Amino acid sequence: MGPLLRGALIPVLFLSLWELAAKTGWLVFESLSWPSAIFLAGLGALLDGSILLSTWQTCQAALLGLVIGASVGVLLGSVLGLWSLVARMAGPTFDALRAIPAVALMPLGLLMFGWGLSMEATVVAYACTWPVLIATWSAVRGVEPRLLEVADVLEMRFGERLHRIVLPAAFVRINIGIRIALGVALVVAVTVEIAVNPRGLGYSLVLAQQSLKADLMYAQLLWLALIGYLLNAILKTVETPGGGARRSA
Amino acid sequence: MTIASTKAYAPSGASAPVTVSLRHVGVTFGAMGRPVLEDISFDVREGEFLSIVGPSGCGKTTLLRMLAGLLRPTVGEALFEGLPIIAPSRQRAIVFQDYTNALLPWRTVAGNVALALEKTMPVKAQRDARVAELVAKMGLSHAADRFPTQLSGGMQQRVQIARCLSQEPRIMLMDEPFGALDAMTRQTLQDELMALAAERRTTTVFITHDLEEAIYLGDRVIVLAANPGRIAETIEVELPRPRNQLTTREDPRFLAHRHHLFGLLQGH
Repeated sequence: MGPLLRGALIPVLFLSLWELAAKTGWLVFESLSWPSAIFLAGLGALLDGSILLSTWQTCQAALLGLVIGASVGVLLGSVLGLWSLVARMAGPTFDALRAIPAVALMPLGLLMFGWGLSMEATVVAYACTWPVLIATWSAVRGVEPRLLEVADVLEMRFGERLHRIVLPAAFVRINIGIRIALGVALVVAVTVEIAVNPRGLGYSLVLAQQSLKADLMYAQLLWLALIGYLLNAILKTVETPGGGARRSA
Repeated sequence: MTIASTKAYAPSGASAPVTVSLRHVGVTFGAMGRPVLEDISFDVREGEFLSIVGPSGCGKTTLLRMLAGLLRPTVGEALFEGLPIIAPSRQRAIVFQDYTNALLPWRTVAGNVALALEKTMPVKAQRDARVAELVAKMGLSHAADRFPTQLSGGMQQRVQIARCLSQEPRIMLMDEPFGALDAMTRQTLQDELMALAAERRTTTVFITHDLEEAIYLGDRVIVLAANPGRIAETIEVELPRPRNQLTTREDPRFLAHRHHLFGLLQGH
């Protein structure tokens, strides 16, 4: 038995039982659909383009927020990591800000931007800043001091030092922070859509639920899982900087 | 004395301009700490190869880091070409002992050498040519596309030296550069370094804990004593150049220096 077959055994068995139980009338709930109906609902949403549109809206907000949040996180984290004085001064402020849950900013975002992309991306950016900031901060502090001395002797200015020495040296660990932030981005984007913002996959889920289309709702959930998996897989491929050899230590 | 008669072989006489000048320099870490270095005064003349030797804990590395500008003297004055050393400078290249930490592991050999040229030589073709030249000079052409972790210790140290040469420094500061290498590799690199220094007339300050290495390479050897680090003695090495691993080391003057310095280091 191949590894693929072995891994597929439990899901296939589970789906078959589920289908059988629903079809024979053994299990009847309004909140429950069955695999064939879910598949057909998903296929329908794909064919009429509705799920693609909401996917685009959610991904747009999540990725825009991630890019903004990660950029801010990398920049602030680098500054904190390079200058311990700044870290000692700004540390408590950041700790206080970080304690505000991102979703609590939804009313403020709504007030500032109204419904739409800007408000959603802003809340996502806020949530994504922290994991990246903390990963960058600790990664930059961990950069080999000898390399910083090499930068000193070569009279590198801040930007050059960041670009040539610090960020490449800290890349692997910053990347982990960004991957955590990616998961956060998707969660926050969908949350904002479910709670207040009438767009994207989150809103589609609410609509499916309110119109009692359980099959469509399950299809969208599975679709979300697939999107998250694909995004993470894409980020994993850029784990090694510059396409170079993986560091051995 | 017979030693004095060969003075003409020394590549730099007392007439050469002074590159580095230390005046009563002392270094203390922390406000109440014991001094690491105390009352150090010496000059390094242009084109000179100065060896500094001493037991561990005598402040050799501190002295070199101060010359590089990586730390400042607590008291006294450190001058480079007449101006106080207040910060690191491209004109003073430093070769670290721990070459593994000093190379960028994500860059190839050529990329590491190019690091020092990226600002000063923005034209890529020109820079690549210069990098290839330096890589060839250090005997690394076959490994130009390899990463540091794929190289032996001796080759990694060669990469670091090539990067320092690419800075076109006015002085090379070397902190026990061959200390972590095996004896064969060390001798090869010693001879390559001497050939380079002779060819470019690069002023060099070379730190080592190896007496023979200090004498073999240097025009002059400063011996440091420990606790606190201070100059115990300065000797002129008037052995003819080019030097040879076999004949120079068998030269009676070499042996006399070795006996003298050995006694000095054992004496306290």
